[in-house]
Amino acid sequence: MKDMSRATFFKLTGVALALTVIGSLIMVNINWMGLDGSTEKGTIETLLNVTIVLSTFVFSVVMTMLVYAVWKYRAKPGDESDGEPIHGNTKLEIIWTVVPTLIVVGLGVYSTIALNDIEAEAADSMEVDVTAQQFAWRFDYPEQGVTSNELHVPVGTQLDLHLTALDVLHSFWVPEWGIKRDLVPGSDLPGGDDIDNTVRVTPDVEGRYSVVCTELCGWGHATMRAAAVVESPDEFDAWAADQEKIPKDNVSTGAAGGNGAGVYNDQVTK
Amino acid sequence: MVATLKAPGQPRAILGLILGAAFGFGLVVTLRAISGLEIFQTEQTGYPHIIVPAVTGPIGYLLGLGAFDYWFRWAAGAPTIPDDHSQHGAKSWKDYFKFNTDHKVIGIQYICTTFIFFLMGGLMAMLVRAELAQPGTQIIDPGLYNGLFSTHAAFMIFLFVIPVFAGLANYVLPLMIGAPDMAFPRLNALSFWMLPMAGLLFLGSYLAPGGTFDAGWTGYAPLSTGAPLGQSFFNLGVQFAGASSVATALNFLVTIVTMRAPGMNFWRMPLLVWANLSTSLLVVGATPFVAGVQFMVLFDRALGTNFFQAAAGGDVISYQHIFWFYSHPAVYIMMLPGFGIVSEVISTHARKTIFGYRLMALALLGIVVLAFAVWAHHMFVSGMFAWLRVPMMITTLLIAVPTGIKIFSWIGTLFDSKLHIENTSMLFSLGFLVTFVVGGISGVMLGMIPLDIHVSDTYFVVAHLHFVLFGGSVFTIFAGLYHWFPKMTGRMYDERLGRYHFYGTLVGMLGTFLPMHWVGLEGMPRRVADYAAQFGDWNLVMSIFSFILGAAQLIFIYNMVVSWRYGPKAGPNPWRAKTIEWQVSSPPPVFNFDEIPRVVGGPYEFGVPGARHAIMHGEEEGAEVTTPEPAVVGAAGGGGGSGGSK
Ligand code: HEM
Ligand SMILES: [Cu+2]
Ligand SMILES: [Cu+2]
Repeated sequence: MKDMSRATFFKLTGVALALTVIGSLIMVNINWMGLDGSTEKGTIETLLNVTIVLSTFVFSVVMTMLVYAVWKYRAKPGDESDGEPIHGNTKLEIIWTVVPTLIVVGLGVYSTIALNDIEAEAADSMEVDVTAQQFAWRFDYPEQGVTSNELHVPVGTQLDLHLTALDVLHSFWVPEWGIKRDLVPGSDLPGGDDIDNTVRVTPDVEGRYSVVCTELCGWGHATMRAAAVVESPDEFDAWAADQEKIPKDNVSTGAAGGNGAGVYNDQVTK
Repeated sequence: MVATLKAPGQPRAILGLILGAAFGFGLVVTLRAISGLEIFQTEQTGYPHIIVPAVTGPIGYLLGLGAFDYWFRWAAGAPTIPDDHSQHGAKSWKDYFKFNTDHKVIGIQYICTTFIFFLMGGLMAMLVRAELAQPGTQIIDPGLYNGLFSTHAAFMIFLFVIPVFAGLANYVLPLMIGAPDMAFPRLNALSFWMLPMAGLLFLGSYLAPGGTFDAGWTGYAPLSTGAPLGQSFFNLGVQFAGASSVATALNFLVTIVTMRAPGMNFWRMPLLVWANLSTSLLVVGATPFVAGVQFMVLFDRALGTNFFQAAAGGDVISYQHIFWFYSHPAVYIMMLPGFGIVSEVISTHARKTIFGYRLMALALLGIVVLAFAVWAHHMFVSGMFAWLRVPMMITTLLIAVPTGIKIFSWIGTLFDSKLHIENTSMLFSLGFLVTFVVGGISGVMLGMIPLDIHVSDTYFVVAHLHFVLFGGSVFTIFAGLYHWFPKMTGRMYDERLGRYHFYGTLVGMLGTFLPMHWVGLEGMPRRVADYAAQFGDWNLVMSIFSFILGAAQLIFIYNMVVSWRYGPKAGPNPWRAKTIEWQVSSPPPVFNFDEIPRVVGGPYEFGVPGARHAIMHGEEEGAEVTTPEPAVVGAAGGGGGSGGSK
């Protein structure tokens, strides 16, 4: 840095910026997270893209400096001399403390805003009680009074998912919806008040997806799946009318335990 | 025969193991018979007649080995066997199997033992990758699969990364600070010998009815509290590994604080010493929590307590709080010593003083403090109280700042240097800078709650953790092993093979772990033996690269074994380094120094004419020169010899 001329400095800055622009353009145009099937997922995707741009910037700066230093200051074979005795540079050190601080605090603030966004409660929502058990899912619809082993939902409606597990931890995730939350045993018991077992999501693309368990729950964890179907309100009503009624003594007996095998792909069969 | 069994050593240790186990077994059987209980309780979480011997057996082994002989004699008022230094130094390979109090012998014992565990953990990873090469179940059934990745991680974390750093520092650190040994040599030896006990328990779990532990290395309750017997072996193995870590950390703390050579004030300590000081603070503060929480699980399993039983009023999520209160600091326990190694390697092989030395040391302490305030970032989707998420996100993101300072300062060190890129330890350090930055960036992403909600518990996390643990910790471990190999063995390794090893490892590492980001973002969960067909292609690619990665390690083993035996003699200071360990012979004398050296300047004064770090015994007094004020660049004028801005 001592003998780095202004011209070199501007060249390196140019390289880093060019890498940032090219890298960001490529990275932002790749669809990393698959189908964007809920309003929440859209917010997350925007956040991801902003983060990608900032990360590409940081990565480009670091790599430009690193590659330049390695290329420029390689010792010639047989050169046994020492480098310049430079112990530090207060200005630089302040810069590389303050700039990263600003970047991460900015990301923190933006993340907090995005979090409030994706957790905002809509005026109107539909409650679904989700119960997980090794290795199957059950979905109860208190408003419709029905129960099912598939999650059917009307498109564009915010879901109010109440999550419980009967045995061990499980986790609810539909990759296309981007929302995930653990199902904790005991969250429906009096002692479970401080367990946050409500999660909201608003699916907005019709289709068939998979509910994926993402918390290790035993040997059948990999195959613990259920179908998630997003359909028009009419289709949903017709489907709900067809389902079994929730039994009166609704002590959670759970879904018939199963291994859910064969329901890997998004296009599951009924 | 009787004499061999009476003297401390392996034969008596094995006898101790058998007697200890028999004692534990007898105790359980007798007590249960007296209380009128069913003698063999074989509910899957029970088996007291196996759990108790699993504790008393290893303790018997340590007794037999002679780990407590001195203390027992002393406590009983019997004449202690005067320290005739027979427990110092190693004359043949057999001495490495004894209870030896020499920090250099212990260092080698640690490194060799943990490397065997690394190979075992790696073999498990190969099996995992073999199963994942294709969707569907091919060679491993889902139950065993869960066991394999759980033991893979347990071996890598508890038996390789954490202790190998303790081993490297054990060898190097006392020499570096001009101390004749560690502060508590017997405790040091005991710490080492607890490790094979942990390994024995982790491996032994494969024989348990119901198979090995398979609730992940995180062992979340209540999956772990209801799991088959193997889980108890995990609970107990962690106790031995944890006790070993804590004892070593205390030893390092006391050694660093009280045994530095005269003249070595805090600002003259090499950064490796700073790094181990910071790590030891983390270990002492955090490791007791993992020990505690594993006991709580064991008690829930074996004694019928209800810490984590929701139905009985237990608190399921509290397991995760306690576990991560240890395990987040643990990721820094696995990284800070590597930071220390990289500082030594980069400075030496770039022939340049560390840029911003003081800020580097302060950044370590900053990480120590912040590391205790971020644990709940592992729990953003756990259902814990929602208010804790944002504060923990902010602290998590802030940790990137001291970490960034370190990265920038290393790169700053490379500027105006004489960089010896042909050197393998330098290559691993440069590789580390690249892979660790990637791991750091994905870490920041995971720290951002909305992103974490989507990628938590997916392959994105597996990608991140291997970039920081493989690209971070393991790269620095290799850098350190190559760097100090000549010091430890007195011989040089083959640089050409070292380079092959580096490039094989780098390519294998990137090919194995980079695509994991993509499949994770797209929807592949972690800890699954089977996955949707859409991820098949990338998984095949990852598996192929993982075998390249595995094969590259064979080059390393060959290089180390052959060079140790036949390598050219190294001489005391092949790297022309400044720190004290290089000013003594290779390998160093049994008691390190004839006379304690005197420290007169900073550890990295490359290019400063006449500057010295330490004056060794026999060097003329006149050699002492006060460090001249070094050149300072930059408008604001850095702190100069006192090392950059404060
Ligand atoms: C030899 C190269 C390695 C390969 C090919 C490899 C491969 C893997 C794979 C595929 C998984 C995911 C298993 C799953 O979630 O289903 C995994 C998990 C893991 N690995 Fe590695 N790994 C390697 C080295 C390491 C090293 C060096 C460390 C640590 C120092 C490590 C620590 C872990 C941890 C902590 C987990 C998480 C296990 C869990 O979910 O409980 N791995 N590894
Ligand atoms: Cu599961
Ligand atoms: Cu953490």
